[in-house]
Amino acid sequence: MTNSINNLKENSKENTDMGNTTISTTLSTTEKVALSLKKRHQKEKLFKRIGLFAVIFGFMLVVVLIGDITSKALPAFHQHWVKVDVNYKSAWLNIDDSSALNLKKANYRSVLKKSLYQMFPTASGKKLSRKDKRQLSKLFSTNAEFTLKDTLIASPEHFNKQINVWVRLDDDVDSYLKEGFSSGEAGLRLSQQQAQWVAQLNTEQRIESRFNISFFTASDSREPELAGIKGALTGTLLTMFVTLLLSFPLGVAGALYLEEFAPKNRWTDLIEININNLAAVPSIVFGLLGLAVIINLFGLPRSAPLVGGIVLTLMTLPTIIIASRAAIKAVPPSIREAALGLGASKMQVTFSHVLPQAMPGIITGAIIGIAQALGETAPLLMIGMVAFIVDVPTSIVDSATVLPVQIFLWADSPERAFLAKTSAAILVLLSLLLVINVTATMLRSKFEKK
Amino acid sequence: MNSPLLFTVLLCLILFSYWFGIQRSLKVAGGAEHKKDLTCLPEQFGLLTAMVCGLPALITLLIFNSTEQFVIEQLLTTTLPTSIQSLSSIDLGLYLNNIRSLASSETTQTLLVSINNNSNLALLEQFKAALTLQELNQQALWLKTGLVLVIACVSVIMLVKKFSLTFQARQKSETIIRALLVASSAIAILTTVGIIISVLFESIRFFKSVPVTDFMFGTQWSPQTAMRTDQVAGSGAFGAIPLFAGTMLITFIAMLLAVPVGLMIAIYLSQYASARLRAFAKPMLEVLAGIPTVVYGFFAALTVAPVIRNVGESFGLSVASESALAAGLVMGTMIIPFVSSLSEDAISAVPNALKEASLGMGATKSETVVKVLIPAALPGIVGAILLAVSRAIGETMIVVMAAGMAANLTANPLDSVTTVTVQIVTLLTGDQEFDSPKTLAAFALGLMLFITTLGLNVLALKVVRKYREQYD
Repeated sequence: MTNSINNLKENSKENTDMGNTTISTTLSTTEKVALSLKKRHQKEKLFKRIGLFAVIFGFMLVVVLIGDITSKALPAFHQHWVKVDVNYKSAWLNIDDSSALNLKKANYRSVLKKSLYQMFPTASGKKLSRKDKRQLSKLFSTNAEFTLKDTLIASPEHFNKQINVWVRLDDDVDSYLKEGFSSGEAGLRLSQQQAQWVAQLNTEQRIESRFNISFFTASDSREPELAGIKGALTGTLLTMFVTLLLSFPLGVAGALYLEEFAPKNRWTDLIEININNLAAVPSIVFGLLGLAVIINLFGLPRSAPLVGGIVLTLMTLPTIIIASRAAIKAVPPSIREAALGLGASKMQVTFSHVLPQAMPGIITGAIIGIAQALGETAPLLMIGMVAFIVDVPTSIVDSATVLPVQIFLWADSPERAFLAKTSAAILVLLSLLLVINVTATMLRSKFEKK
Repeated sequence: MNSPLLFTVLLCLILFSYWFGIQRSLKVAGGAEHKKDLTCLPEQFGLLTAMVCGLPALITLLIFNSTEQFVIEQLLTTTLPTSIQSLSSIDLGLYLNNIRSLASSETTQTLLVSINNNSNLALLEQFKAALTLQELNQQALWLKTGLVLVIACVSVIMLVKKFSLTFQARQKSETIIRALLVASSAIAILTTVGIIISVLFESIRFFKSVPVTDFMFGTQWSPQTAMRTDQVAGSGAFGAIPLFAGTMLITFIAMLLAVPVGLMIAIYLSQYASARLRAFAKPMLEVLAGIPTVVYGFFAALTVAPVIRNVGESFGLSVASESALAAGLVMGTMIIPFVSSLSEDAISAVPNALKEASLGMGATKSETVVKVLIPAALPGIVGAILLAVSRAIGETMIVVMAAGMAANLTANPLDSVTTVTVQIVTLLTGDQEFDSPKTLAAFALGLMLFITTLGLNVLALKVVRKYREQYD
């Protein structure tokens, strides 16, 4: 083959060597082809390169996306705490003795403030101005006074004594430190004075970076340093519980009917067309359905995981039905015929022979559907799961929010520290999805081995 | 008994009736040693009994729960003084809301105390009404509990009486199961009907206040101004053209990225890539497809948009911070795996003979792809692109987070535009009264969205079907 092409090339060279203007007319088709080969092979190379470039571009997008979010998320997993010399003076606490009742109602805010004023005498020895005082207390989390309270209640023997207590810094200071400012220059939202205080705390080695456990144990808060994902995570679990409980049996039953029992008629066709179309309806339209029918017509509570679960069920049902049908279809007919031949009824064949055989495929389909529902945000905005909810929901009719909606809410917040929180919440969501998908793959391979 | 408890009791009853059905059938047979005399297995008797116990009771519970509130409200309204009954429906709704929150927050005791201690007539009425509401709720609860339990027990007893040696328990239970299967598959139809009804009815109400033509062809969109009373409500404020234009612009940008990249990925992976690369690349792209849209939205708003803004400004261009370009590009990223997997299916569905014939004639691979495979797979690819467009139009979170709110009618990708889905979310989040044209407008937009995506899907399926007819 290559030989003949070489021959052709030589031939054509000879032709050109003859050097007259009628080359093109005297060339045979094979010669023309041979002449154009180089150009064609170049084109081929270019085409292949473009294809490879597209694939690499796809990879890059994945890497950039995940890398960007991970790098933004990292700061959220640790948090700066500061050691404060707290003086639990009875006068500041405004109580006489350390009885349990008194400790609960004592004025910890004044203890915190006065302890702070003592820690930072101004250079000239003057008293802090009102503005300075305000700026100083802004360095600490609003939660600090409650930390003091808990500390004293836990060990009442510190009453009237001075001890060291670790409290959270405010999110602005936290961001300031995480951004690498340290030498006391004003930056981010800190003034010169505040920055100097922070630098002083730093040189006194009072500031410590700790793992941010409260990100996983706290609920939403207006204060970034206190906000956590526990509430949203619980809401997600409750919503997914409802979704799974409804969509799995309904999806499997629907698929069984369509594959095993349904006669070929208009009704069945209608159902099939409907399922295919529903799979492609934008999710937000399901939210409109939930708002108009489930909330306004049936009167179920707004913002509840129950309603969210129902809406997501309607949304994922087509996915589960389509996957289950494929799994049921893949069960070899010999199994059905053997069972029928032994005298089993159609129902017995379906439930004792076809369904167990199709189960791995059905479960995989259901997990894909659940993974889809887990990341869904838009329909839940419609049914009011977008509210600011501090309490961790305890039942499926409580007001709740879910992780993707929490991400949406935090992404909208102006505070800088929420940027990291949002990314961290995204990482949690993505890891959940990863776990779910890996489970699906493992389940499938386990069943397939049998 | 409240609903969860009632539900649990009912479940116990169902379990019990399973056991009861088995025992009764054995008794009919004359003991466990004679169970072969029965036409069906005792377990089948048990199953039938459990279903007959549970189903009617559960259906009753469901119907009761969904109508309860409405009926109680009607009853409550009849007990209210006529001056309140004659209020407009909105004011009456507010009044009833007050009473409801009173009834749920206060105990009967405190209500009674406040009735005795209060001299304000209007408040007194409210407290009384709240008390009535509490009584009604209590009665409804008792009625519900009684009704459900009686229905469950009576149906079991009626069934068990009919048990005999030749009783066809299996056939009867199979009929019921079959009906349940049919019902589950019909949910798809119910959902579609539900969507159409909810979106259509609210849209019709909207079009009563804003003419269809104004909505479809108006170029001014500012739903906020129409809220103020005595304005030319919606005469120009509900023109959806800017929204449609914005949606199209962002979709177009997305397609500009997703179609070439997705198609080239599909071609490379199906024609050139080694098995190892394929095994690695496919899951990688699935990752892209599996990322929730809210994550893409975050990425678009906080990473891509600032980058585009900075790059644009370094060239001296003025770029809106919520530019259509950022939202479009990220949406395109989201759609790449969608386009690539669907087009790969279409390409690999082309009969191998065509490909081999082309290669055998001496065409290079790229020539085969461009001149044979793609034309042959074109209907499938077009179907894939149509489906991708439909997804881009219906996509919500990316545009909500990365596109703007202002309805600009522009074709400049560096400007901020808004889309149909963004407006639906903006109009419906937060607490609004349900009857204002502002909220109803969201449903009209939803109707447009539903019709468009449905049309695109039907079209895509038709294109793909036509293609199938050619080769199968």
